[in-house]
Amino acid sequence: MKYLGRVWKFGDHIDTDVIIPARYLSSSDPKELGRHCLEDADPDFVKKVNKGDIIVAGRNFGSGSSREHAPIAIKAAGVSCVIAESFARIFYRNAINMGLPIFESVEAAKKIKEGDLVAIDPETGVIEDQSLKKHFQAEPIPPFMQELIKDGGLIAHIKKVQGKRLREKAKRKK
Amino acid sequence: MMSQTITEKILAAHAGLKKVRPGQLIETRIDLALANDITAPIAMEVFYLAGGKKVFDPKKVVLVPDHFVPNKDIAAAEQCRKMRLFSQEQNLLHFFDLGEMGVEHALLPEKGLVLPGDLVIGADSHTCTYGALGAFASGMGSTDLGTAMITGRTWLKVPESIKLVYQGKPKPWVSGKDLILYTIGDLGVDGARYQAMEFTGPSLAAFSMADRFTMANMAVEAGAKNGIFIPDDKTLIYVREHSKKKGKIYCSDSGAEYREIRHYNLGEIEPQVAFPHLPENARPISKVGKVSIDQAVIGSCTNGRLEDLRIAAKVLKGHKVAKGVRLIIIPATPWIYRQAMVEGLFDIFLEAGGVISTPTCGPCLGGYMGILAKGERAIATTNRNFVGRMGHPESEVYLASPAITAASAVLGSIGPVEALPGFKKMKGCKK
Repeated sequence: MKYLGRVWKFGDHIDTDVIIPARYLSSSDPKELGRHCLEDADPDFVKKVNKGDIIVAGRNFGSGSSREHAPIAIKAAGVSCVIAESFARIFYRNAINMGLPIFESVEAAKKIKEGDLVAIDPETGVIEDQSLKKHFQAEPIPPFMQELIKDGGLIAHIKKVQGKRLREKAKRKK
Repeated sequence: MMSQTITEKILAAHAGLKKVRPGQLIETRIDLALANDITAPIAMEVFYLAGGKKVFDPKKVVLVPDHFVPNKDIAAAEQCRKMRLFSQEQNLLHFFDLGEMGVEHALLPEKGLVLPGDLVIGADSHTCTYGALGAFASGMGSTDLGTAMITGRTWLKVPESIKLVYQGKPKPWVSGKDLILYTIGDLGVDGARYQAMEFTGPSLAAFSMADRFTMANMAVEAGAKNGIFIPDDKTLIYVREHSKKKGKIYCSDSGAEYREIRHYNLGEIEPQVAFPHLPENARPISKVGKVSIDQAVIGSCTNGRLEDLRIAAKVLKGHKVAKGVRLIIIPATPWIYRQAMVEGLFDIFLEAGGVISTPTCGPCLGGYMGILAKGERAIATTNRNFVGRMGHPESEVYLASPAITAASAVLGSIGPVEALPGFKKMKGCKK
């Protein structure tokens, strides 16, 4: 599955408080969290963003708190994936676990411009800026992780795998 | 045998391996799994969705509703109720409901729940605080925590270590907070990304456990996976006072490998203030200039310990908070609260015109109990000064030590203790 969308650019150190302020954390409902995604960085972001759009940011994206509400909010706002120069440690794990694909590329993060149309192939890690007609290379996402992301995150993935196993077991018994 | 750091040794021991190397992916057992009222509800959902029936050990799963407690609104009350029910169902030994509840990272060491050599994961980024005890402790998300509650295990990438060596005698009023702000100022907020920060050097022997908790607490503000101290006499005394168990003492080998070693001379470190909107924007107090404030907050998992309140009281004694400044003091645990009261610190705070809150994370993360309006400015002993962290996105937070925060509350603008009227009669904070 390729990702294709318009780019919204953000700077360095976009922290989890900016991604989803604590004043909204008495809920963990994705829809509610999505409504406030990146509100303190750009109050109109949620109004402007379209389904499938891509966030491109600088260094240390997702720094700060361990709140999983941050990748949940980004996904729920309709963002398909995030490209950054680098990601903070806890956010990296949380994003994968929540099924939000993320790509690290210093060059792509620096050169891609706001509004560009960008396509990403997770299998090859190739990031294509169709507006600039330029290609960048990020680490590809390994197949098991693509599967996990496609399923909607670690838990949905585990449930699917377990369900499959149980069904196979039941079949063998028959 | 290959030389190893303290972090590598603890990870190897918990993974059942003789040694580990940086970059290696390991599966380890955990000694403790922690979550709070923001992260536990999701972790509990994950627990059930992943097929969890019983937690791996009801003594080793700790739940602390501290962020929005006493319940700030209906939604927060519902989240706490879920935790309460889960704790009952799972017979959790360490569910700290209101009355026993304190700010988690001050509470767990006080209750003797973390020992040297332990491996602790918590669904809270400041879990790294426990590194002060010579434990490996790191923050994760709720999903990782929810699955660890079932299995008692997790996977980790072994971090490289950065060695930070502190030498020389501290200047008056310099605390652990000043050292860590200075260090983050030097490293940058992603300078230790994915790394272990190992705090060492002859100067640290004189710093209290409270100071060390403060330093390890903010390792994550430099992007680190964990912060850690080698246990010494002070650690052993602290552990003896708080637990019947001893834990396991690990030290770094002399030939252990570090990605980087940085030296800091305490003779050059003044009290620090981190300007908005990043903890790395640290400046010495002499270079702050005129910054007027509307609010001063003393508390949090970074600086809400008894030693912090004692220093604040020492500075505030005989003074009044400047007109127009709101001083909020939040003892981090019920024990600290009571002890501060017994020691007469409350009288000093109230006399100065401050207010005292029950233990809670409250304003630190913009929850409640001291939210800032548009354009307002606070000085705080907390750990983050991100955009909107304590309230309105156009408010500002300046991070500092309890001494500087207390002094600034009296001065009405950020300033040193020495600027207080009648300062000469006061003694510096003794190390």
